[in-house]
Amino acid sequence: MASTIRVRAIASGDTTQVQSLISHPMDSGFVKDSKGQLIPPHHIEVVEFEHAGKVVFTALWGPAVSKDPYVKFSFKGAKKGDDLKVSWVDNKGQSDSTVAKIQ
Amino acid sequence: MNELSDAPGQTRRIILKSAVGLAAFALGAGGVLTSAYAAIDPKSWPENAFKQKSEADALKALYGKSGEASDKVNLDAPEIAENGAVVPIAVATTLPGVTGIAILVLENPFTLAAAYKIPEGTEASVASRLKMAKTSKVVAVVEAGGKLYTATKEVKVTVGGCGG
Repeated sequence: MASTIRVRAIASGDTTQVQSLISHPMDSGFVKDSKGQLIPPHHIEVVEFEHAGKVVFTALWGPAVSKDPYVKFSFKGAKKGDDLKVSWVDNKGQSDSTVAKIQ
Repeated sequence: MNELSDAPGQTRRIILKSAVGLAAFALGAGGVLTSAYAAIDPKSWPENAFKQKSEADALKALYGKSGEASDKVNLDAPEIAENGAVVPIAVATTLPGVTGIAILVLENPFTLAAAYKIPEGTEASVASRLKMAKTSKVVAVVEAGGKLYTATKEVKVTVGGCGG
């Protein structure tokens, strides 16, 4: 299965800018389906970005984060060719992770 | 029963105890080993903070304190969001020693929308997209040097993104 995570990390000098897009419904638990039944909450809770064995960024998300969530941040100390690991887990215990090369 | 006949029982109990201890230790070690591969502990999600329905309660649950307004917190959000399902919101600050950033949407069913942990070496700047049920004040919270600083902006929502 294709990864749910798309990540682009670009190093410029000492700073690496990371943009990631995760494919996920992020159901809030307040929306009804076509039959008028509430769709139960189903959303990512934690996303971690790791570089060289160190967590450089953690996102804690509630149901108010948009569908197919996007996040952008920057960190220092990485260089082109380094690995950046991204992993997430949701409220149903589903998870995914990927490793991207910093460009 | 005399003391002698009781002795083997005690010994057995001691053996049992140490066996249980060993098993617990092995389980513990196993847990540590697996966590090295599956990095995320789902319990690290602050469930209680995400259930709160006011700014003060959410901040108290998440950081254990309240914040003060600061012009050093920069909240970038649209004046008018046509689609409440996708509202781009960015938070940045020039404050030193930032350890966390959180975004609250006061009129949403649950106040806290997202929280970010910023370790040393990571810039105090985050952009992401949130859902907004209706027109609401959005509060950006920055945790720096053990204190909380906030910035507030009202975002008008034409079509809500949280309900049916």
